[in-house]
Amino acid sequence: MTTTTTAAAPLISKRAIIDWLGIAPFMIFALMFLVVPTLYLVTGAFLTPDGAFTLKNIADLFTPSILSAYWISIRVSVASSLGGALIGFFLAWAIVLGGVPNWIRSSLLTFSGVASNFAGVPLAFAFLATLGRTGLVTVFLREWFGFNLYATGFNLLSFLGLTITYMYFQIPLMVLILTPALDGMKKEWREASEILGASTWQYWRMVALPILWPSLLGTTLLLFANAFGAIATAYALTGSSLNIVPILLYAQIRGDVLHNPNLGYALALGMIVITGISNILYIWLRMRAERWQK
Amino acid sequence: MKARRIGAWIAIAIGASYFIIPLLGTLEFSLRMRRGAYSFDAYRSVFADIQFRETFGYSMLMALLTIVFGMLLVVPTAYWVRLRLPQVRPIVEFITLLPLVIPAIVIVFGYLRLYNSSSVLPLTGSTSGTNALLMFSYMTLSLPYMYRAVDTAMRAIDVRTLTEAAESLGARWPTILFRCIFPNVMSGVLSGAFITLAIVMGEFTMAALLNRPAFGPYLQLVGANKAYEPSALAVIAFAITWLSMGLIQLVSRFQKSAPAKA
Repeated sequence: MTTTTTAAAPLISKRAIIDWLGIAPFMIFALMFLVVPTLYLVTGAFLTPDGAFTLKNIADLFTPSILSAYWISIRVSVASSLGGALIGFFLAWAIVLGGVPNWIRSSLLTFSGVASNFAGVPLAFAFLATLGRTGLVTVFLREWFGFNLYATGFNLLSFLGLTITYMYFQIPLMVLILTPALDGMKKEWREASEILGASTWQYWRMVALPILWPSLLGTTLLLFANAFGAIATAYALTGSSLNIVPILLYAQIRGDVLHNPNLGYALALGMIVITGISNILYIWLRMRAERWQK
Repeated sequence: MKARRIGAWIAIAIGASYFIIPLLGTLEFSLRMRRGAYSFDAYRSVFADIQFRETFGYSMLMALLTIVFGMLLVVPTAYWVRLRLPQVRPIVEFITLLPLVIPAIVIVFGYLRLYNSSSVLPLTGSTSGTNALLMFSYMTLSLPYMYRAVDTAMRAIDVRTLTEAAESLGARWPTILFRCIFPNVMSGVLSGAFITLAIVMGEFTMAALLNRPAFGPYLQLVGANKAYEPSALAVIAFAITWLSMGLIQLVSRFQKSAPAKA
């Protein structure tokens, strides 16, 4: 190592330049294919087609048809993330604290790794083959129990159907993130509370859940953002019959269905704001959760 | 405690049936093409379809290119950040997480506006340009997974000592990078590669909006037009995902059995 003896070394040394050049390719890539395209849409949301500043595009988001798209998207995302979180939590609890054999734990975790990545178009096919009009479960219920699922008003191509389908990748994600958090719960905490005479319910309410809630809530937010941005499953499942935001944006990109390109930018901005907020809250909650995992 | 164990088994049973029934349903449906008997007709029909072979091959090639170029970008960056620029680590990590925050459809929307045929860099104006743009979009999508896999592998080796040892033996930068760093983080590179494969093979949004003949849009097209083939394709897609994840497990197990580093 050469030593710099004088304090009057140049402000930007040759070494510093080389250091920064080393990550230049990455930074250029990130700017070109991530940052600038996003900023282009964000600024476009505040411009008229002629390039003048306006807030009209944002205001136009609050028209009934666009608001209803956001509302359905939010409902599907909330329902599938809450459902996924709840079932995922019980599954993670079962494999960590439920005393089931070890092979169940490892196979569930392996399967979760696969299923959390099994989204998109094939997932829609799988649910059509299961809960569609001629799907396995539908036919089974009709032929063995005389129960016509579709006569009850159930439809896979609906809010409920989409929620059930999304949970197929939501639950595994919850299991994958929550299992380490539950593993981090120290046995001593439970023993201490039992010695002090706490019931199981009191232990969960006053010890375990207060420690776990940042992980639980944070992961639920992550699942929410995950569902909110997803499009392929919904598109393959329902075509364009279910009016959720990503499908509306897809139609807008293909054929300017809103008759205002800049309104499309505002639609994209709305999506970024919603997924952005839930991700920021997730990161903040995860930092809180990590306090207990040291 | 007895009640707890029963509760655990109930949770496992409900979860397992929710996970397994759709797979069974898909498998059963894919075998139903011939009336009155189970057969592999749907699979035969899929494999005979020239479009299946073309789009599958196209996506495979795209996945391969994405992995090669992605790793050429990610490994040197992760290495350099660890060695020379630990202070920018949070920024780089934040950037690698951005593709999880910004929905894919928004990113590709930006590409279409920014790189259209009347812009400074008209990538969508030509076929090869659009192919390149699609590859860059896949690199973006897989960035969070690739970077995390490589960075985790790099944590296990002592980058600084390895570099100094190689330098003192007279190695130059390319030698250090490709003969010293790359082999040592191979487990991370492979995990990142397999998850990228799984992502690219099933990806729909980017390819559909860039109008490229990839596997994802083909799946959607078949789904809209045929009855039994979609199930067969779903089984194939699930097998690909399963294979990718299985290979990751294998690689990480292989890594664990290697001598541990302090």
